[in-house]
Amino acid sequence: MRQHILLIEDEPNIVEAITFILLRDGWQVDAHSDGATAMVAIRDTKPDAIILDVMLPNKSGFDILGELRADPKTSDLPVMILTARGQTKDRERAMDLGADAFMTKPFSNSEVLEGIHALVGHK
Amino acid sequence: MLSFDVLIVASVAYVIVLFAVAFLAERASDRGGAKWMRSPIIYTLSLSVYCTAWTFYGAVGFAARSGLEFVTIYLGPTGVLIGWWLILRRLVRIGRAERITSIADLISSRFGKSALLGGIVTVLAVVGTTPYIALQLQSVTLSLSVFAAADPTAVIRTSPNSTALWVAVGLAVFTIIFGTRNLDSSERHSGVVMAIAVEAVVKLLALLAVGAFVVWGLAGGVGNMLAMIDTSPIAEWSVPNSRWIGLTFLSAAAFLCLPRMFHVLVVENSDESHLLTASWAFPLYLLLMSLFVVPIAVVGLNMLPEGANPDLFVLTLPITQGQNGLAVLAFLGGFSSATSMVIVAAIALSTMVSNHLVAPVWLRSTGEGATVSGDLRNVVLMSRRVTIAVILGLGYLYYRLSGGGAALAAMGLISFAGVAQVLPAMLGGIYWRGATRIGAAAGFVVGFTLWAYTMLLPSVGVGTILSASVLEQGLMGWHWLRPRALFGIDGLDPVIHAVFWSLLFNTGAFVAGSILSTPSPLERMQASQFITALDQGGISRSWKHGVAEAEDLLLMAQRILGATEAQRLFRAHAVEQGKSGYLPTPTPTFLEGLERALSGSVGSATAHAMIGQMVGGASVSVEDLMAVADETAQIMEYSNRLEAKSEELTNTADQLRDANLKLVQLSHQKDAFLSQISHELRTPMTSIRSFSEILQDNALSPSDRVKYATIISGETQRLTRLLDDLLDLSVLENGQVTLDIETGTLAQVLDRAMTAADFGGALEIKRPRNADTILLTTDLERLGQVMINLISNTRKYCVNKRPVLKIRARLSGPDVELDFIDNGEGVPSTHRQMIFEKFARISDEAKAGSAGLGLAICREIMTNLGGSIEYLPGQGGAAFRLRLPQNP
Repeated sequence: MRQHILLIEDEPNIVEAITFILLRDGWQVDAHSDGATAMVAIRDTKPDAIILDVMLPNKSGFDILGELRADPKTSDLPVMILTARGQTKDRERAMDLGADAFMTKPFSNSEVLEGIHALVGHK
Repeated sequence: MLSFDVLIVASVAYVIVLFAVAFLAERASDRGGAKWMRSPIIYTLSLSVYCTAWTFYGAVGFAARSGLEFVTIYLGPTGVLIGWWLILRRLVRIGRAERITSIADLISSRFGKSALLGGIVTVLAVVGTTPYIALQLQSVTLSLSVFAAADPTAVIRTSPNSTALWVAVGLAVFTIIFGTRNLDSSERHSGVVMAIAVEAVVKLLALLAVGAFVVWGLAGGVGNMLAMIDTSPIAEWSVPNSRWIGLTFLSAAAFLCLPRMFHVLVVENSDESHLLTASWAFPLYLLLMSLFVVPIAVVGLNMLPEGANPDLFVLTLPITQGQNGLAVLAFLGGFSSATSMVIVAAIALSTMVSNHLVAPVWLRSTGEGATVSGDLRNVVLMSRRVTIAVILGLGYLYYRLSGGGAALAAMGLISFAGVAQVLPAMLGGIYWRGATRIGAAAGFVVGFTLWAYTMLLPSVGVGTILSASVLEQGLMGWHWLRPRALFGIDGLDPVIHAVFWSLLFNTGAFVAGSILSTPSPLERMQASQFITALDQGGISRSWKHGVAEAEDLLLMAQRILGATEAQRLFRAHAVEQGKSGYLPTPTPTFLEGLERALSGSVGSATAHAMIGQMVGGASVSVEDLMAVADETAQIMEYSNRLEAKSEELTNTADQLRDANLKLVQLSHQKDAFLSQISHELRTPMTSIRSFSEILQDNALSPSDRVKYATIISGETQRLTRLLDDLLDLSVLENGQVTLDIETGTLAQVLDRAMTAADFGGALEIKRPRNADTILLTTDLERLGQVMINLISNTRKYCVNKRPVLKIRARLSGPDVELDFIDNGEGVPSTHRQMIFEKFARISDEAKAGSAGLGLAICREIMTNLGGSIEYLPGQGGAAFRLRLPQNP
């Protein structure tokens, strides 16, 4: 069975790009553009990893990450943080909150794939 | 017969011994040695100034006249001491904390440092003590006369006035030398206390010796004595209950309120724990003092001729029995009792007079700039000496007026009732937060007037001040104003009558006055200090972690230290704690630092109290403290006028600091702006990079290839637009824009804008009908740019299925007003302020397709055109109003 990645990102073109490269690499991808609905999806589908943008409408990526880590059911779910602000402060904050990987936009496709492989492992 | 000269020699020798004791004690205490002098036993013995000649001589007379009633005079103080933790501990604690120097000071301090109340209590105390001093003069004069007279048992009715005068002069000189040798701010006199303690022992021993002589030497043992008492008329006296209760209460009140008792109990108290010892030791002392009173009275009544003055039995019994040594000892005991009372009372009263009457008047008369200098010091010392002389003079005057024939106990009770008028305000002051200055003053005046009218004035003899007609018919013939039967209530014991009415009205006036008046902030502050005296523990001054809100503390500190200084202090502590902003956690360290800073301005006690109230959450409200703080600020402002120069420098420094702060804020804003730009640039670049990498893959279908190339192209345009907008905004913001002023109609501008905004699709635009008639002279291009932005915003954000944008135009004075109103959901009120800021976007990014600079640019353009753009609330949908001058 294909490994399942949940992508939470509100910029449609970036969603399209990441979805494309992940599908081609053999992953199953679900995309959400809103923080609130994404939380519901995570609880329902139990993805193998999450790619999470920071600047989201309604609920920031950091908020989502904090909630995930606070819930024992999702506390060890692998999370990769994406951000376009690219400041060290954001990186520190992401790591403090328990992110497993951190990627600054713009990224190269191969970086994202390598990161996902490292997170999920070669099951 | 004992020679009168021997007696004089004995007295003088005794006085010299007392001087020596006092002198040595003072010297030892100055050297810091002799800790035993501050022992609880010495403290207890010093309390024996309560036992005056009244006790020594008068108790026997009292017993001979009224049976066991004299016991009431001891029961009151015993009760007060046994219940020491109830009132005395509080008084001592307050006395220590507030550095109280007298009972007048206590009352004044409690009611907002009121000079008026201090003065009233002082006058009251002086007048109230006068009969008491007279009592001592009378007893010494009487006892001397006993020795002087040929027949010691003769009835001494008219004593030689000259003797009394000499006694008064001698006591005055004695007290002046004893009590006013130097000035000490704490008003403690270790030498005097030591001498009083010696006198306490002398009078106790003398009375015990006479008692033992009477029981074993005259009555023939305890058994016989008891039998004699049984058959004597004293055993049959029955005291009315009202008098028992009344006198016990009165003596308790007097024990607390007599200036000399307050002085030894509170002012001379060096250690609160001494009260514990005194609570059993002083009642024991009183018990010993009263042990032989009844036997002496009974034997005196039996053995001495009818009509012998029972007040002198202590003296006349040994003399008639030829016991000269014992007689001299008894005389010295009585002398001790009288002198110790006069000394302490005169010292206490002179302190009150100099501090509460002379010093305020002197300071006022010499101008406000006076400080406690050598001048004042001399004035104070001199005023004390004069006061002592005046007090003894008053005592002598009273003695003369009252004829010198009154029973000692009766005179004492007049004093008791007089000083007891302080009791309601004193107890109210330490227990009742609502007690006020006005209430206290009202109570004093009413109670004191009634006491003087019903007790003091009648006592100095009919016809002296009150005429017989007033006494019989009442003041101005009003029957209900008879001094001994107020309100027509006849038949009460005169003492009880006077005490009851004066204290009833005193308390009533005090309570009513307190309830009806509002205390000043200083009063409330002092009230709180007094009432919480026990809670503060007195010693521990370190702060535990409190519940105070840092913000409350900052508000208070700003009022006292000034905003800049307070903020600096708070910020420094916050930085120390690793926090940003101005609000440090109120840790003990921080609170102590704050207290130190505050105490520089308002004094340490106030600073401690203020923080204590905030941290402890005690019942003085924050508003009260703010009021005090405001008051302090006003006082400081007044005194700071001299420092106007340095004020200017401070202002300059403040301005520099503010400027620096603004720079820091600007720098923060710049950071936030750059972070936003970074985001806005990186987002399209992410898509461009990702899809470029994807396009490198040859396996893509041609349709995918076209699709992704289109995305790259779109995102590139988006980047270009962003950069254009940023540059445009930058030019507009810096005011570097060159306006291209033309004249044209509104219709022309609208046409161009609607075309440029790519008008089409679903949006319907309702143009103003008067568009053709409105001529504008401005930068038409820029105005069009604003309209393009507003139209394309409507296209993006208007959620109506049939979106309509209605444009209205109107001339308003020299201005043109243009409204753009759509039929969507509008902008929530919480967002209306921020939509004009850079990168403000309230819906999601994808839909906007731009960086959120549109309205920011519009605002800058309108400002450059000399007009404005505002959100227009209450229109249903989103509505913007442009306003600009029709001609520049």
